[in-house]
Amino acid sequence: MLGDKEFHTVRLDSDRCKGCINCMKRCPTEAIRVRNGKATILYDRCIGCGECIRACAHQAKRAVYDPFDLIHDYEYKVALPAPSLYGQFHNLDDINVVLEGLLKLGFDMVYEVAQGAELISDFTRKYMAGNPKKPVISSACPAVVELILIRFHRLKENLLPVIAPVDVAAKLAREKAVRESGLPPEKIGVFFISPCPAKVFALHRGLGADANLVDGVLAESEVYFRLLDAMKSVKNPRPLAQCGIVGIGWASSGGESAGVLRDNYLAADGVENCISVLEEIEDEKIQDVDFVELNACPGGCVGGVLNIENPFVAKARIQALRKYMPVSKNNLKEVPHEKDFYLWNNDPEIMPVFKLDQNMFVALQKMQKVEELLAGLPRLDCGACGAPSCRAFAEDVVNGLVPESACERREKKG
Amino acid sequence: MTEPIRLHFEVDGENFASAGAASEAVKMRLKQIGVDPAVVRKVSIAMYEGEINMVIHAKGGRADVAIWPTHVELVLSDDGPGIADIDLAMQEGYSTAPDAIRSLGFGAGMGLPNMKKYSDEMKLESEVGKGTTVTMRINL
Repeated sequence: MLGDKEFHTVRLDSDRCKGCINCMKRCPTEAIRVRNGKATILYDRCIGCGECIRACAHQAKRAVYDPFDLIHDYEYKVALPAPSLYGQFHNLDDINVVLEGLLKLGFDMVYEVAQGAELISDFTRKYMAGNPKKPVISSACPAVVELILIRFHRLKENLLPVIAPVDVAAKLAREKAVRESGLPPEKIGVFFISPCPAKVFALHRGLGADANLVDGVLAESEVYFRLLDAMKSVKNPRPLAQCGIVGIGWASSGGESAGVLRDNYLAADGVENCISVLEEIEDEKIQDVDFVELNACPGGCVGGVLNIENPFVAKARIQALRKYMPVSKNNLKEVPHEKDFYLWNNDPEIMPVFKLDQNMFVALQKMQKVEELLAGLPRLDCGACGAPSCRAFAEDVVNGLVPESACERREKKG
Repeated sequence: MTEPIRLHFEVDGENFASAGAASEAVKMRLKQIGVDPAVVRKVSIAMYEGEINMVIHAKGGRADVAIWPTHVELVLSDDGPGIADIDLAMQEGYSTAPDAIRSLGFGAGMGLPNMKKYSDEMKLESEVGKGTTVTMRINL
């Protein structure tokens, strides 16, 4: 399953789907149609952002992730908790309780993704000093990277060509596990505990980094209840935590930017806000900004759909946890790795999914037909035809996917 | 094809925030047609500058776009005060925008020069008291 290009992160539970249009209207890339009374996903347009999961009142949209019991297939088990996990618990005043809890759940080692984040912050500062094309756009949110790859092709060269914190953590954790366990690498299972389906998507398919860096991706929401029980029996936790304010700051919007230590940054969150910022960068309307951090989820990773807690509550808790932490505990000097360790080695390709046709002349003729059709449509974007907007409907008609008669309200000719 | 795709936009002079809506709509269509991103950039910058100019100086106007297989034609026309000295207006840094507009980051005197820079051909017709029409051609 890992490394599978056909891997999808959101699937539909047909029995639960009522055929309402809530998910279709909320999808930021118009990747959903309602056909024969059920929502269907156009996977080539799906960026894995999770908006449809948020929008569905019937729990018909499900995030795909690996089952917890997969960890038992490995002799030595490593947990990679995302920084957002620390914001999910009431009255938590010590991260070590969470880390000890993970060990009680059956993991043999815990390696915090926040450690990888601190190393990337360090690396990003060096990268920024090398005068790259500005503004540099963070590549940490995989939904944003996918969005750029399908819709903002020219901005691909602005992306920070650096692997994600979880990728760095996975590589370093596996090396450490081999060292400490004495086992061969294939007996070691490395598991990311993810706040969102987009990261599941990215790790399974390989986005910038190799596809096989982790052995599985677990959902924060699924680990949470097991962890709550395990944490209850933790007394006098050991000082396992190896991250500082910079690392756990990555859990919310603005945290990554703060780690770059530059004043002229922009941080936006929520997928529609990300789109409007990308439009402005594309039109060169944003001038005086060197670094742009975009998180598809509201509030940043704490807003991921696989979390338990309200994103703003989680953010406040993480702020409180930072109080007694050092600024950072990880920097490049401690790890013997060159820049190739951090740079993308699996350059993601742009995907022109919105093109009406591969041949420009044909595309132009199709566009002409779209405009003609659109002139006769009610422009209500009512969704009754099963497309999210009249324009999307007209495009579908021109591409032969639905008959024109699917719109009940169009002006009938003759 | 003998007929281009023709698009018409009314550019609202009262609403600064919506300036750019027409160039955004054109950009979206050009991307869907598969126009080279470098050319899309030229069209959207040239058109946005024109839209902003109409909002600042003429209380809005009209944008007519024709997309041909070989080029894009942009015609921006308004019924504003007109331009008395076209040569002066074409100079980089020359602006008659009021201070309130400058405080928004506009009025740097780069509008018309950018329209010339990003288009392959540009024609400026203006009559004081009547209005201004800018015609731009950008080759695909």
